[in-house]
Amino acid sequence: MAATDGLNSIPALLDRNARLFGARPAWREKEFGIWQCWTWAEGAAEIRAIALGFLALGLNRGDHVAVIGRNRPALYWSMVAAQMCGAVPVPLYQDAVAEEMAYVLDHCGARFVVCGDQEQVDKVLEIQDRLPHVEQVIYVDKRGMRKYDHSHMNALADVEAEGKAGHYRFDAELETRIAELDYDSTCVMLYTSGTTGKPKGVVLSNRNIIETSKNSSEFDKLRPGDDVLAYLPMAWVGDFIFSVGQAMWTGFCVNCPESAATMMTDLREIGPTYFFAPPRVFEGQLTQVMIRMEDAGRLKKRMFDHYMAVARRVGPAILDGKPVSAADRLAYWIGDKLVYGPLKNTLGFSRVRVGYTAGEAIGPEIFDFYRSLGINLKQLYGQTEASVFITQQPDGQVRSDTVGVPSPGVEVRIAENGEVFYRSPGTFMSYFKNPESTASTKDAEGWVATGDAGFFEEATGHLRIIDRAKDVGKMADGRLFAPKYVENKLKFYPNILEAVVFGNGRDRCTAFINIDLTAVGNWAERNNIAYSSYQELAGHPRVYEAIKAHVEEVNRSVAEDPMLSGCQVHRFCILHKELDADDGEMTRTRKVRRNIIEQKYADLIAGLYDGADSVYTETEVTYEDGRKGAIRATVRMMDAATVAGQRRAA
Amino acid sequence: MNAMNPEGYVTSDGRKIGGVLMEMKNITLRFGGVKAITDISFDIREGEIRAIIGPNGAGKSSMLNVISGFYIPQEGEVWFRGKKRAPMKPYEVAQQGIARTFQNIALFEGMSVLDNIMTGRLTLMKSGMLDQAMWWGRAQREETEHREKVEKIIDFLEIQHIRKTPVGRLPYGLKKRVELARALAAEPKLLLLDEPMAGMNVEEKEDMCRFILDVNDEFGTTITLIEHDMGVVMDLSDRVVVMDYGKKIGDGPPDEVRSNPDVINAYLGVSHD
Repeated sequence: MAATDGLNSIPALLDRNARLFGARPAWREKEFGIWQCWTWAEGAAEIRAIALGFLALGLNRGDHVAVIGRNRPALYWSMVAAQMCGAVPVPLYQDAVAEEMAYVLDHCGARFVVCGDQEQVDKVLEIQDRLPHVEQVIYVDKRGMRKYDHSHMNALADVEAEGKAGHYRFDAELETRIAELDYDSTCVMLYTSGTTGKPKGVVLSNRNIIETSKNSSEFDKLRPGDDVLAYLPMAWVGDFIFSVGQAMWTGFCVNCPESAATMMTDLREIGPTYFFAPPRVFEGQLTQVMIRMEDAGRLKKRMFDHYMAVARRVGPAILDGKPVSAADRLAYWIGDKLVYGPLKNTLGFSRVRVGYTAGEAIGPEIFDFYRSLGINLKQLYGQTEASVFITQQPDGQVRSDTVGVPSPGVEVRIAENGEVFYRSPGTFMSYFKNPESTASTKDAEGWVATGDAGFFEEATGHLRIIDRAKDVGKMADGRLFAPKYVENKLKFYPNILEAVVFGNGRDRCTAFINIDLTAVGNWAERNNIAYSSYQELAGHPRVYEAIKAHVEEVNRSVAEDPMLSGCQVHRFCILHKELDADDGEMTRTRKVRRNIIEQKYADLIAGLYDGADSVYTETEVTYEDGRKGAIRATVRMMDAATVAGQRRAA
Repeated sequence: MNAMNPEGYVTSDGRKIGGVLMEMKNITLRFGGVKAITDISFDIREGEIRAIIGPNGAGKSSMLNVISGFYIPQEGEVWFRGKKRAPMKPYEVAQQGIARTFQNIALFEGMSVLDNIMTGRLTLMKSGMLDQAMWWGRAQREETEHREKVEKIIDFLEIQHIRKTPVGRLPYGLKKRVELARALAAEPKLLLLDEPMAGMNVEEKEDMCRFILDVNDEFGTTITLIEHDMGVVMDLSDRVVVMDYGKKIGDGPPDEVRSNPDVINAYLGVSHD
């Protein structure tokens, strides 16, 4: 308690910030082409009005308030307002289809649902008859809402106005409710994306969120003048920590983009100082840069190539503060004026002081590309149950193949079977209405199983993650099978979007490949290869040749590690459709669901192992609006060369 | 529903439709010896979505051009907001509060989306050319006001991500939306849409439908549209005029028109036995 001086809830932090940094920007949102800004004092007033409005609508202590929509100040305010009333905010993934939403809304028993716009309201109404406990639907954006039945529906602006008008009736009640909040009361409930089975509601207390925010803010020396761009799903624990926890603790400004489609423009306009993105965002940006450089004039292209070579050589060392010769420093300085500076400006990274990537492994070239430009991009390892942070990389000790040292206050140990366990102030309270899962995940001493297998490097003390512990298996001859390890190596090629490796309990490994339509499409265009669909491009013989070369390169690299040399890919096929969360093949955070893919494409897997040249298959697909259709295709199987035996002599 | 009530009527989804906004009285339009429109009368009421349908060559676009004042009929009268309309120049039509989109998109391809939509507000701008060239005082204030209105429309039609993109680089479906935005920027009383869904895929059509309904709902704009896609017409419109060979063969709510034998004949043909 002493460590945070009585600031033991988010509303308490808000109150402090309104007093301490009242006139500083706290939230910005681009609307009508202009960045609208709210200071801490203004935001606090809005939040209070919403909270009073919630009380007027009859929000009780312990109620759950579901929040669905894109990142907007109004939705963040609603979450804090719910906390003020002693209720628990439950942010949901906004791109989930109604079915998926029904489970979560029913499981948490939300009485109030706050929706961003008509689209989300429609989804809630669609499943309303299965959700008897939903009493109030509140929406932010009024567009298209006029004709709806408003007997149990309100615009947030009206709720707020009602709260302001009736404040004399509810002020005392609100003060009582705020005063009741303590370190152990629930701060937020977040549903895990559910790589396996149904999503689980992770209950995080004020202690979890505030201690973690404090430790991690101090670790990276975050400060009140910082800016973040809030664009990742609000349902994701990272967004809650960055845009609510750390923002409240430190007092920095949260910037919300105009829409998902304008994120890149908004990123450039804001120029965040603290930035988080999953690897695919960095990959996407790098691909864009490379595509545009292919089309640049010869002089520019040469200048770019030359100075990027300089950057790759000395950039990371300069960033880490290691000794570099004066000549190299000069070359890098010129490069910064001519290439890196303008490029960082275009990407919106000019001001980034601390950048993080996590969630998936990032390709070493991609990682080094950004670091060589002088962007302090680091990796962290975490999960919802830990309030994000388990390990992270300190400044100056950054590498692409580790996830860093244990975060402040976190203890990490490796079990016999290689599984990583941790214990920290951020460790979750429980899974909501699921004591069995809580007990099997968190033991009596507070150690939590991550489900990931990894090890500490002896020389540096950094943690390396190999794979999901349950995915790490044995091949028929007893050799280690770590599919993710191989898949990540494959995915580092820009041409490969996704890969799924099979081989558990079998004598050799095979793989499914998803090509990246942007990268391969661009390559096809430059080589005059005509194609009319994803499917046609995926089946093109020259694409197969290119992917085969990648697979064989990966095999050579895998063979170098004696422990994992059995995981080389002997045969592969390029899937005729992209793996998609709407078809249940991936989670909403784009992690492959191995079991489902194995069942759905059993015929293709059989083909990979029985030596067939090609397999005819029909696949069911779900469109965005929930209708179903089928894709028919003949998928070709191709062999890839492998490296036999041990090559490591020394 | 009683469409003949001069005070207006209430639609099946509970919208209140007002009195007559525009009335066509016995319109006949000839090009030399060819009769494009023969003796057609109908009215358009305030707040209504009114469709004109018919097979190819039925005279739909000609009718729209008469409404917009681009064609002047040889016979008949056009009454707008209670006054008989004299022949007008296109800018006078725009000043009267009528805006339109075109079957073949007519945008400035080299200009950005934002600039294109700003041109829609041209008739509402008061500062002169000299003021605007100096961009000082009133011109500056005026541009800020107009930009605000335009940004509301950009937000409304969800085209923020292409605000600064040259129109020439946009796909067809988005161009259509930009054209609608430009028409809306003029804050019209009556919005004319010439085949707003032509050449669109199902998803784009659904989006466009939603936008048309939202425009009608949100701004109360009266909309008259020509459309080939019968499904779209029946879903969208409050009343439908059916034309064939320049004549009116049906007029009424979608359900009534759908069961009209003349309309069925025009669309499906008659068996001659």
